[in-house]
Amino acid sequence: MYDIVIIGAGPAGLTAAIYAKRASKSVLVLEAKAYGGQIINTPDIENYPVAAHISGFEFATKVYEQAQALGAEFKFEKAVDIKDLGNIKEVVTESGVHQAKAVIIATGSENRKLGVEKEDELVGRGISYCATCDGAFYRKKRVAVVGGGNTALEDALYLADIAEKVYLIHRRDGFRGEEENVKSLKARENVEFVLNSRVVGLNADKRLESIDVLNNDGSLRTIEVKGLFVAVGRIPENQNFAKVVNLDSAGYAIAGEDCLTNTKGIFVAGDNRVKNVRQLVTATADGAVAVNEAVKYINNL
Amino acid sequence: MAVIDVNEKNFEEEVLKSDKVVLADFNADWCGPCQMLKPIVHEIAEERKDVKIVSINIDDEEDLAEKYEVFSIPCVVAFKNGEEIARSVGFKPKAELLKLIGD
Repeated sequence: MYDIVIIGAGPAGLTAAIYAKRASKSVLVLEAKAYGGQIINTPDIENYPVAAHISGFEFATKVYEQAQALGAEFKFEKAVDIKDLGNIKEVVTESGVHQAKAVIIATGSENRKLGVEKEDELVGRGISYCATCDGAFYRKKRVAVVGGGNTALEDALYLADIAEKVYLIHRRDGFRGEEENVKSLKARENVEFVLNSRVVGLNADKRLESIDVLNNDGSLRTIEVKGLFVAVGRIPENQNFAKVVNLDSAGYAIAGEDCLTNTKGIFVAGDNRVKNVRQLVTATADGAVAVNEAVKYINNL
Repeated sequence: MAVIDVNEKNFEEEVLKSDKVVLADFNADWCGPCQMLKPIVHEIAEERKDVKIVSINIDDEEDLAEKYEVFSIPCVVAFKNGEEIARSVGFKPKAELLKLIGD
């Protein structure tokens, strides 16, 4: 049995591992994909104290190595359930069961999909969820961005510098994102707003060729694009833990800044927690706070 | 076997005319998930003598990326007898990559 099992090896989970080892607790970190989480897609981090510039990959690798050097154990398994047996928790993965005195859920979030047919098979063949990762492949091509938040607006601005033309498709009239971004986009000659509209079809042979866009007034329009950048938000990865942790209507784990959930001995840290600011620095802070609470809990058992 | 760097000049020889199944890893220095995939690709290269692993830097080889319709990296394309048989996009664990060559 471990003192603490941490689910997720993103910035929150890795920081939790460092703090837990420094508190002399035995630690297992479970990760479904690769260490680092979302941050590995960021080419350049400029807002984390100490380093003026660091790539997300370099950041993640350093924190991962730091946690490993302190003796945290890692297993690359996807956690599918947590069983609360009182003083013992069981974390069930796709290939085993791990017992712990305390569990920290630091699973973060994943991209929300459009939910249109053929979306999955066209990922990497025209569909993308990361403009800064894949934008370079669409030089002088026609692309579309879907979404109404800041990510969508910033993606459209980024792509306007690269692509021949950018269609910005949003289901409403107004944007949730910052007005400044909307203004900048309106000033771009190669950006066309397609408002009150939804993408309802993807037309592809081997790769994306065009999209069908349905206006709220019922009119259908086919737009030729080689790339469709989906920026319709993120989904917290708490679905597997809803039995032991209360979630809000958007799926975020309900916990305050102390990272305590409704179940004793189960804590939540990072982007999958209800919070106002989801940044690298708040994720790492959560990792430290959650461990502090977990250690207090374990020492009182 | 080592991972072979491939460019437009030797692509036909190393990939299309290869007797072995080829896993072509399209990547770039600025791509974080590509750097995470690299050690896994190297591991497969060491373990599997029946598979040839090649690396293609898409910044240097824009035309190859365009020709093989690589629009997101990391992208690993499996070739057999000069034809694409499967591909995977994004960081994938080793078991997923091995599935590309039918394991």
